[in-house]
Amino acid sequence: MTTRNGQIKNFTSNSGPQHPAAHGVSRSVLEMNGEVVERAEPHIGSLQGIRPAGAHPTRGTEKLIEYKTYLQALPYFDRLDYVSTMAQEHAHSSAVERLLNCEVPLRAQYIRVLFCEITRISNHSLASTTHAMDVGASTPFLWAFEEREKLLEFYERVPGARMHASFIRPGGVAQDLPLGLCRDIDSSTQQFASRIDELEEMSTGNRIWKQRLVDIGTVTAQQAKDWGFSGVMLRGPGVCWDSRRAAPYDVHNQSDLDVPVGTRGDRYDRYCIRIEEIRQSVRIIVQCPNQMPSGMIKADDRKLCPPSRSRMKLSMESCAHHFELYTEGFSVPAPSTYTAVEAPKGEFGVFLVSNGSNRPYRCKIRAPGFAHSQGLDSMSKHHMPADVVTIIGTQDIVFGEVDR
Amino acid sequence: MNLIEFPLLDQTSSNSVISTTPNDLSNWSRLSSLWPLLYDTSCCFIESASLIGSRFDFDRYGLVPRSSPRQADLILTAGTVTMKMAPSLVRLYAQMPEPKYVIAMGACTITGGMFNRDSYSTVRGVDKLIPVDVYLPGCPPKPKAVIDALTKLRKKISREIVEDRTLSQNKNRCFTTSHKLYVRRSTHTGTYEQELLYQSPSTLDISSETFFKSKSSVPSYKLVN
Repeated sequence: MTTRNGQIKNFTSNSGPQHPAAHGVSRSVLEMNGEVVERAEPHIGSLQGIRPAGAHPTRGTEKLIEYKTYLQALPYFDRLDYVSTMAQEHAHSSAVERLLNCEVPLRAQYIRVLFCEITRISNHSLASTTHAMDVGASTPFLWAFEEREKLLEFYERVPGARMHASFIRPGGVAQDLPLGLCRDIDSSTQQFASRIDELEEMSTGNRIWKQRLVDIGTVTAQQAKDWGFSGVMLRGPGVCWDSRRAAPYDVHNQSDLDVPVGTRGDRYDRYCIRIEEIRQSVRIIVQCPNQMPSGMIKADDRKLCPPSRSRMKLSMESCAHHFELYTEGFSVPAPSTYTAVEAPKGEFGVFLVSNGSNRPYRCKIRAPGFAHSQGLDSMSKHHMPADVVTIIGTQDIVFGEVDR
Repeated sequence: MNLIEFPLLDQTSSNSVISTTPNDLSNWSRLSSLWPLLYDTSCCFIESASLIGSRFDFDRYGLVPRSSPRQADLILTAGTVTMKMAPSLVRLYAQMPEPKYVIAMGACTITGGMFNRDSYSTVRGVDKLIPVDVYLPGCPPKPKAVIDALTKLRKKISREIVEDRTLSQNKNRCFTTSHKLYVRRSTHTGTYEQELLYQSPSTLDISSETFFKSKSSVPSYKLVN
């Protein structure tokens, strides 16, 4: 329809990069026929900076990781998907442990699962409610952020930082849970269910909400598998795949978890799946502290995990181990591994290639948002421009992980 | 008989007379309602979004987040600025009307942060692009730290003198160094949207020279690099 004779042609317009609801820098070019979007093309993933004014920032994470030791590379993973920070640390640590063939103590596994589920709740509450804000409902955002603040308080109590915790490290976790944390988690989970009920009451049965969400942004199961979707985007159209169930890692095979799956693959299904996943995560959070054994929180091998500070100050070998680990780091044996975890957004994978030294030779990050953003075009065909923004929201894309 | 009474100190009339200077009044009005631009590139956004939330509410300080730079007077650069995003940031800053303030939030915007050493695309500090009033360290800074930065900015604004501001407005306040660049034309051409338009497939067969010659402005990437 692009002719030059003064006939009707599609209007191309640019959406982004600076956009109030653009979830970071998101630039897409919309080709529209009147108000209906015929084609939406996301412009993502720049390599170098010399390019006509585009949007997405790539910060060179994968290259930077090649210059750092495995432990120094850990904070980069926090900053990829900055909404669900511990899930990525978990992937990196699992990849390194798989190469090292290192056994993580049981208590550390339970702590990891606990914090991953807290991360899941935190991510889903941000994702669904910023999506709701894009649609127009601004109240759930405020309610969910208060819930998130409580969860971030738990984050802060254990590793010390609200967001970028660097807590899940190769070999275990960085520090043990302080006294009283499990009790506080327990008492706050008792109210979560009613907060989620309030959120649902605002939106799930709401006529306007349904009109904006049902049958919009539909993905069929075949399309989802073709495009490489994972997580909620894959479970929306009915493909029942959850890495926590299908390929369990840590202690997920001992937790009692139901996986919600949708039927139609539209935005309403995905929203409902996210709310239900919050409830399932609350279930796991309640079970974990009860099942958690006491014990070590890091692997016993002092060539991998640093000793405690008190021991470091008293013993010569511990001091030497500490020095070695924090300066040179540990070496990881040669072949490569792909390890994936069920991050809240989907399958977050790390393909780690090691050449036997203390630095990764190559660390390729498979971010779920990257695959999801490909689907923007097919999902937003024949919808309005207002729906394009909300479709980016329902795909739960965070540009930190898309561009790295 | 000749009692000198200062009506200001009197209880009954203290709420009907205020004495101040125009400078202080304008400073007070500006600092009490700084409207930030919603500018979020990266992780610091989540912390500034917490400020919009109810626990650390920045509406108490008069901050109402605005989406358009034309309506904003504060830009809180939250997140790493890369070379690809740099022209957009400069353009946004240029679109904000005076008086405008910048808080560089987070380590990435102060010096490049953890991407300072080897990154090939991060701008090492947003003060290479726009003048910064308050530097706020942290990675990310906690919302309470952002409120602290806001308080310091407010104090800074309260000390401003109007004459100094108008004098410095005309000069280039950004950090400049002598590049061996060959600046052809200023970016203030008024035709801002040209570079951002998508080139639809029908224009791809035009050679790039003729395409650029027909445009009246120079693409901004040529000026940046």
